[in-house]
Amino acid sequence: MKLKLNIWKQENAKAKGRFEKYELDTVDAEMSFLEMLDSLNEKLIKEGKEPVAFEHDCHEAICGCCSLYINGHPHGPGSETATCQVHMRAFKDGETITIEPWRAKSFPVLKDLMVDRNAFDKLMAAGGFVSIDAGQAPDANANLIGKIDADKAFDAAACIGCGACVAACKNSSATLFVAAKVSQLALLPQGKVEAKRRALNMIAKMDELGFGSCTNTGACEAECPKGIGIDFIAKLNREYLCASFSEAE
Amino acid sequence: MSKFFTSSIGQKFFMSITGLFLMVFLKVHLTINSLLLFGDGELFNRAANFMSSNPIMKIIEPILAIGFILHIIYATFITLKNQTARPQGYKVASKAKASWASKNMFILGGLVLVFLVIHIANFFWKVKFGAVAAITYNGNELHDVYGLVAGLFKGFWWYDVLYILGAIFLFLHLTHGFWSAFQTIGWGNEKWTYRLKVIAYIYATVVAGGFALIPLYFLIKYII
Repeated sequence: MKLKLNIWKQENAKAKGRFEKYELDTVDAEMSFLEMLDSLNEKLIKEGKEPVAFEHDCHEAICGCCSLYINGHPHGPGSETATCQVHMRAFKDGETITIEPWRAKSFPVLKDLMVDRNAFDKLMAAGGFVSIDAGQAPDANANLIGKIDADKAFDAAACIGCGACVAACKNSSATLFVAAKVSQLALLPQGKVEAKRRALNMIAKMDELGFGSCTNTGACEAECPKGIGIDFIAKLNREYLCASFSEAE
Repeated sequence: MSKFFTSSIGQKFFMSITGLFLMVFLKVHLTINSLLLFGDGELFNRAANFMSSNPIMKIIEPILAIGFILHIIYATFITLKNQTARPQGYKVASKAKASWASKNMFILGGLVLVFLVIHIANFFWKVKFGAVAAITYNGNELHDVYGLVAGLFKGFWWYDVLYILGAIFLFLHLTHGFWSAFQTIGWGNEKWTYRLKVIAYIYATVVAGGFALIPLYFLIKYII
């Protein structure tokens, strides 16, 4: 396969970036997208040029590192896949592929395709935890949780915090991420205790960090590599509204 | 609660409740307007005069105006704020599966607002503050609102087209606005999110289709 690549290059967080064009003719259709970028970098290093910086780690869609905006889609073509699960057979021979970093005020570019997603850590620190001592792994029947709630909580827990929802949203809103975390914990007995405060604090932090608000376009759901649905956003709204009306502050 | 009014979800909550209120108004408005299609105008004139002389309407009118104003102010504020969340855009625009209307609610709302201003100048303003010809039914003297509406729709074909266009913008705005309002107040789950989207299309079709039918009726019957 021959490919034309159009990749965002930016020296550092303060530098003004630009798109660089590369050509690669040693691409195998069975390569993963990240292997393709590795082969590009090998070529660039051999030529004495600066390789393209991009983030990746687990290569099995659980770390959420491989944050690439490929041809208008966070994580590239295909539904419910992270970039590391995309293979070159998804592209045509001779195709031009444009690769950009996540774009959001709250996710500043560090270098080339790498962004600083520390804002998600700050969101988690604002409430994405349980502060009771959950102790050792409990006995299976010690805390009885209904099947429906357990399944729902598990669906929400599938969120890997990659930021594709923010990248896909026209408002760069982190609402789907917050919705997944708030829902997951609110559905379980350990998390229910702090559910109200969590919803209030995480939304306050989201607004403070410069993420936009949700306008229900559903773009996040369409691009989420873990298939987190916007019904969790409805749940977040319920949690937040109830908490706002009941908490005295 | 103090942070509620300035938080992203709080602001959306006001968008939602004002939107729901305006959607109820649209349904009432359409019900009365649909009388334009029946008879020689007496039915519509009686309904229109009942509404304009009703003391309850004196209270509802300013509430309705506040509903519109809040909806517009919050929409402007939220949209401007959301635009600051991505200072540098993408080279390749997002291809994520999302309806065009959902991504352009502010533009659609703006177009509906332009239509609304023209619409108010055409009818509401004239009935309220201008001189409308009188018509007598069984000794009762009423404003001939039917004459005003029919005169406009029969006399100027481009007004008919303008009103149909207004209904199309409203249709697109409602296809997203209807279910989005429920989603924002928390009514949504794996079954109802889809159902509400379907109901949104039905509501938008009935309301916007109904409003479009009136100028279309006059256009076909008297002009073409």
